Amino acid sequence: MVEWTATERTHIEAIWSKIDIDVCGPLALQRCLIVYPWTQRYFGSFGDLSTDAAIVGNPKVANHGVVALTGLRTALDHMDDIKATYATLSVLHSEKLHVDPDNFRLLCDCLTIVVAGKMGKTLRPEMQAAWQKYLSAVVSALGRQYH
Amino acid sequence: MSLSAKQKATVKDFFGKMATRSDDIGAEALSRLVAVYPQTKSYFAHWKSASPGSAPVRKHGITIMGGVYDAVGKIDDLKAGLLSLSELHAFMLRVDPVNFKLLAHCMLVCMSMVFPEEFTPQVHVAVDKFLAQLALALCEKYR
Repeated sequence: MVEWTATERTHIEAIWSKIDIDVCGPLALQRCLIVYPWTQRYFGSFGDLSTDAAIVGNPKVANHGVVALTGLRTALDHMDDIKATYATLSVLHSEKLHVDPDNFRLLCDCLTIVVAGKMGKTLRPEMQAAWQKYLSAVVSALGRQYH
Repeated sequence: MSLSAKQKATVKDFFGKMATRSDDIGAEALSRLVAVYPQTKSYFAHWKSASPGSAPVRKHGITIMGGVYDAVGKIDDLKAGLLSLSELHAFMLRVDPVNFKLLAHCMLVCMSMVFPEEFTPQVHVAVDKFLAQLALALCEKYR
């Protein structure tokens, strides 16, 4: 089980309070598909991803960005049981979606950069540290059931 | 994953825009590296302090960013241009290459913080690729 200090919980809650999931979700996924184009391999059914403009204008990408970020937020209400919380999602990503778990890390890096753009210097280093720990815990849980 | 001509131009253009803030970004990036990835402090055990925001960390962040700017000028042949820096990192500093990726991420975070409008996905991918090429050139002499 991941141990969280009260300060870390406060930092993570503070950051989530600044995140508009409907805005940041799409931005993060679009950025991931553009910056790490091999991640497009999982979205063959999403239609046109052939240009950056197509990715940014694609409604399925935007929708899935919201889905993914909503899923990331789930851990906030289950900080003391993240592994169990994501067990079913982990099985799904492994056995049905066949996503290389390293891609979760790439999406999270893009999300951090989107959040940094929104928060500017108010995202202090110690807050970024707690945030990175949170994302790492979720990424680890999502990869946990792969075999 | 080498840089296209357009991406090289994007990198030069963005680093030009960044120039007046480069010291701040360099200092912030290294501070964030030791804050977010505390294991990186292992390379700075000989300093008085390696905590985020401390004077030695900020100073060294500025030094590193200076090196990055120098590399921008050598973007067409990073391996040749960074040969002596590579020898330094390979034989003296022996920084594990995984840490270059971690520092690159912190630099990208700082760039996004300071230039939210300009740090578009297109700039992001070009700078990310450049920093990756830079790291590769730094590793050239490792083994």
